[in-house]
Amino acid sequence: MEEQFAKLDIRKDENIVYKRTNLLVDRPLSYCPGCGHGTVHRMLMETLEEMGIQGNTIGVSPVGCSVLAYDFLDIDMLGAAHGRAPALATAIKRMWPDHFVFTYQGDGDLAAIGTAETIHACNRGENFTMIFINNGIYGMTGGQMAPTTLPNMRSSTSPYGRDVAIMGHPLKMTELIAQLPGTYYVTRQAVHTPSHVRKTKKALRKAFENQKNNTGISFVEVVSNCNSGWKMTPVQSNKWMEENMFPFFPLGDIKVDGKLVEKKEAVAKE
Amino acid sequence: MGELRLMKGNEAVAEAAVRAGCDGYFGYPITPQSEIMEYLMAVKPYETTGMVVLQAESETASINMLYGGAGTGKMVMTSSSSPGISLMQEGISYMAGAELPALIVNVVRGGPGLGTIQPSQADYFQAVKGGGHGDYKMIVLAPASVQEMADFAKLGFDLAFKYRTPVMILSDGAIGQMMEKVELFDPIPRRTDAELIAQCPWAATGKPKEREHVIITSLDLDPAGQERVNLKLQAKYRQIEKDEVRYELIGCDDAEYLFIAFGLSARICQKSMDLARAKSIKVGLLRPITLYPFPEKQVAEIAKKVKGILVVEMNAGQMIEDVRLSAGCSVKIEHYGRFGGIIPAPDEVVRALEKQIIGG
Repeated sequence: MEEQFAKLDIRKDENIVYKRTNLLVDRPLSYCPGCGHGTVHRMLMETLEEMGIQGNTIGVSPVGCSVLAYDFLDIDMLGAAHGRAPALATAIKRMWPDHFVFTYQGDGDLAAIGTAETIHACNRGENFTMIFINNGIYGMTGGQMAPTTLPNMRSSTSPYGRDVAIMGHPLKMTELIAQLPGTYYVTRQAVHTPSHVRKTKKALRKAFENQKNNTGISFVEVVSNCNSGWKMTPVQSNKWMEENMFPFFPLGDIKVDGKLVEKKEAVAKE
Repeated sequence: MGELRLMKGNEAVAEAAVRAGCDGYFGYPITPQSEIMEYLMAVKPYETTGMVVLQAESETASINMLYGGAGTGKMVMTSSSSPGISLMQEGISYMAGAELPALIVNVVRGGPGLGTIQPSQADYFQAVKGGGHGDYKMIVLAPASVQEMADFAKLGFDLAFKYRTPVMILSDGAIGQMMEKVELFDPIPRRTDAELIAQCPWAATGKPKEREHVIITSLDLDPAGQERVNLKLQAKYRQIEKDEVRYELIGCDDAEYLFIAFGLSARICQKSMDLARAKSIKVGLLRPITLYPFPEKQVAEIAKKVKGILVVEMNAGQMIEDVRLSAGCSVKIEHYGRFGGIIPAPDEVVRALEKQIIGG
């Protein structure tokens, strides 16, 4: 007992170096253990807290695993119909131009049913932040094939693997919208290791700071795992993601300050 | 007296929306209502009142822009015609479920499918019975003149905010395109953000420290919770049915026969009344102005006093179902309709009355 009290003794304000951001509601997340959503939620809310913009931020949540994001994020939010978050955000930002506005969508939402809304919001250069969680699968409905499911990857609607001859190819929406003049900052990140988490947070900060300057769309893709949908342990899923998802969806900035990042040519081995 | 202008119905509803203090219009071109957005883009309210006008990539996007704007308490409007309104049904259902105020103008054309660009009233069922999925209603206003296109924009916004519900103006290609004299009401300034926040504490306007965060959604996964949502909606609809019925009676005091018609059909029936009365046929007209809530009691009452009712619609028989539900079997009720974009002539309506009701 005395040992435990001794431990409690060091829990003083001056000793606290890290704690839950006040902008996350204190309730259990609805996500599977091991999923990246919770980490992105936290980085997002830390960003808003550090910028001091909780009071004038309006978020839009999607249909999918993060449909209930508004239950966890302590800001005013709207739950959109499947795929329509960028349409909502367009109107919100245009009528509340001094507010910070963001959408939070998964791959089925943003890159399948919401393709038109995504492309046109980006092309109009709407001045909000789009957060895109890409785990290559429909998580909430039970692991069906998504627009970002990799070739030969198994899902409940491609149980023998995605045959691109029949089912079509995975869509690189992020590279696609980076081509549009209305996008200003386009990046692809991950949250499975501490260093990746830090990079993602930096990207989110940049994406929200851009709104102050009316630059157009800032688009942050986070390649994430879906250990439940992929039928793996969290550790296995992160390893699988590194080995399979990252080669197809390479991490890093795609467009910065309105300019496409030039990819260095691979140096041929001599 | 307000400012007088000669305007198309489509222009009148657009001008009235600006004058009513509308914050945002979101639309997509479709005949026969494209003048609404064209008019707004031409008068540039974004430079005068600050109203946002945006051409969306589809009707699906328009209605979801409406949802976004309405969820933040803004006074928002869209317009379309039948096929486009069909595309909007998902969004309208979401807005009804999330209890959001908005004005939707449907300048109806003939269907089904791509149909025709000529006027029709074939979207009555879709407008008054829900249209999208789930148990919901929206208030439906049926203008019969260009004047009412203007007046109902203001009325529509008022009702939308009073009940936090989508409101539809169910017009048609003729009312939208024809020109008439309009008396315009004086402009009402748009609400300031502070006024909006005071008026709409339910809206997502950015969370101050002292209040809980606002969540705009139609989702409640708990069946008991979702039943409560539905009960709340139904209670609201009962209140609307009690307080918001609007209708007009013309020449009904001595009427032996009755036309029941809305919108353009009611205008035609007024001429048919004159023709019939010249032949000593005493016929009156009941014109429902709100199609939902439907003037059930008024129809039931007048049905007891007349020998027969002809329901005249530019469709194959839609409002007649509500007339029959209201009137019961006490009197003969027949339908006369033209459809696919054909507008019935006043004399053919009189012939229908003579054949189907008086002689039949």
